[in-house]
Amino acid sequence: MTEPVLSVRNLQVEFASRRGTLRAIDGVSFDIAKGEVLGVVGESGAGKSVTGLSVIGLIDPPGRIAGGEIRLSGLRIDNLPPEEMRRIRGKRIGMIFQDPLTSLNPLYRIGDQIVETIRTHLNLSEQAARRRAIELLAEVGIPAPEKRIDGYPHEFSGGMRQRVVIALAICAEPELIIADEPTTALDVSVQAQIISLIKRLGRDHGTAVMLVTHDMGVIAETSDRVAVMYAGRVAEIGPVQDVVKNPLHPYAKGLMGAIPTLAGDDKRLVQIPGSMPRLSAIPRGCSFNPRCAFAFDRCRVERPEPLPRGAQSVACHLYDSVPTESAA
Amino acid sequence: MSAPFVQVRNLRRVFDVSKPWLNRVLEGGHLEYLKAVDSVTFDIRKGETFALVGESGSGKTTVARMVVGLLPPSSGNVLIDGVSMTDPRQAPARRRLRRRIQMIFQDPYASLNPRFRVDAIIAEPIRAFDLIQGERDIQARVGELLSLVGLHPDDRLKYPHEFSGGQRQRIAIARALASDAEFIVCDEPTSALDVSVQAQILNLMRDLQDKFGLTYMFISHNLAVVRHMASRVGVMYLGRIVEIAEGRELFARPRMPYTKMLLGAVPDLAMSGRQRVPVKGDIPNPIDPPPGCAFNPRCPLAFDLCRKETPELIDGVACHAVNTAPVPA
Repeated sequence: MTEPVLSVRNLQVEFASRRGTLRAIDGVSFDIAKGEVLGVVGESGAGKSVTGLSVIGLIDPPGRIAGGEIRLSGLRIDNLPPEEMRRIRGKRIGMIFQDPLTSLNPLYRIGDQIVETIRTHLNLSEQAARRRAIELLAEVGIPAPEKRIDGYPHEFSGGMRQRVVIALAICAEPELIIADEPTTALDVSVQAQIISLIKRLGRDHGTAVMLVTHDMGVIAETSDRVAVMYAGRVAEIGPVQDVVKNPLHPYAKGLMGAIPTLAGDDKRLVQIPGSMPRLSAIPRGCSFNPRCAFAFDRCRVERPEPLPRGAQSVACHLYDSVPTESAA
Repeated sequence: MSAPFVQVRNLRRVFDVSKPWLNRVLEGGHLEYLKAVDSVTFDIRKGETFALVGESGSGKTTVARMVVGLLPPSSGNVLIDGVSMTDPRQAPARRRLRRRIQMIFQDPYASLNPRFRVDAIIAEPIRAFDLIQGERDIQARVGELLSLVGLHPDDRLKYPHEFSGGQRQRIAIARALASDAEFIVCDEPTSALDVSVQAQILNLMRDLQDKFGLTYMFISHNLAVVRHMASRVGVMYLGRIVEIAEGRELFARPRMPYTKMLLGAVPDLAMSGRQRVPVKGDIPNPIDPPPGCAFNPRCPLAFDLCRKETPELIDGVACHAVNTAPVPA
């Protein structure tokens, strides 16, 4: 097997606070292969954004990576000096954030912003960079790019701005793109356009994409594999079809049942009692045990480690040892 | 059958978005108006859930605000239980009606006063309408309301910041129920919540509807949530209702091209590989909408008439292509 573009092993991220150290990410591991889209889904506070930020080295104090390692095509990047990380960021890892208005500088024409980014990372002349910027804008579907390149961010609609941000993210042809809630601020019709754009990136350029979102529907349509996160850990990871159609972890099951669908009937939604624990009060054992209908003694003392199960991997004691059908 | 509980007739709201007078004189330019809502007509029957869906800027929140009387319409009328929300002569009747109408807002962090304790928040409608006398009885009622929405009666002594988003939305629902409201307008009640919490709130809202026979007007941009909640649905585009139908019917057989496009655009868990209507274009600028049907530049079925004449809502659909010629779907 070839080396994955991104490999995260046993990642731990801590935030120092007045009331002691809070562990936001606790032992997260996953790989993303070339051209693959990995969806990272979870509710607020699950640690999905922090995972994305640690990959691009943007965890600011009081936060720090406390353990584990992150490798980009084999190169260890979690302990690089800031200056070297800065050269990787933007060149080898592109970023797309939720709010396109805040990721663009309102005072500069979008063309200048793209040209600046291209020239920072690639050795191109001003004219060549501008030609490249126009090509990029055309590629992300902005009509009349040779005119629009001289527009300011406020002259673009939300969907068009997000396209500009995507053009910025891919301008140095990165190996990996981290997209953090790229469609959350957009209307559904625009969202559908951006989703197909992100899918095309992986297909045409072989870019690996880590797509962080709370919207399971977006993941189902875009991703090849999905990681379901809960309280700073990966509860379940596997091919998207398997996880959506046949979730194994009780939390993943609840999450799938809680989502109203267009095809669904009018029956009650599955309800998971309670809500995500605070970082300062993560329960002992399995962090999901107080909300879990299947929790037994072992869940309250021992933390489950990820167990392979077919193409999926699930961190749940129910799938350890003999009783396998009890969660069905 | 008796008259519908809520009757909205030809509702229209125009906002003046012109530059200030002095700038107009110095820099040129003329008055500009934004037609946020135009010719909106619908009924809501007692005990049903009527939903308005649409993308941002389609005017659904403006309609909701006019229905509850938070915003005066530019023209048109809203009748709730036979009482006009606009006619100044019906002011006394409207005051009595107010108790029966409540609203739940999108952001539970903004809709609860952070300086009020929960008991003060929930008791506010009770005190405002003078429904219960005596502090002990009021507190007992607040406790009862909190249990009803799945919180503990002792939670009344806490402040909003001590609660999570879902719990705050429960408090907002308890407040809406405090005045024995019959008609609740919910403006994106779950958009700010996580899916597992959203499921809790949607289930709670349906339980309360069954228990008290509540009538909901439900505003959302999330079609799956609307599919789950609504008995009837109106689809809005650029200030007009373009299609209105029974929920089941609308989702099974959308007729207006915009509705089809919207339904096709929703990312869905049941990735059944269904045929998608490709999405093209953006919502036009509402200050300068295209002539004729506002959807015509994005519409695959548009023909000459669509570019000239705004279609009327006939038999639940406002579309020339659907209404004039039988077009294969």
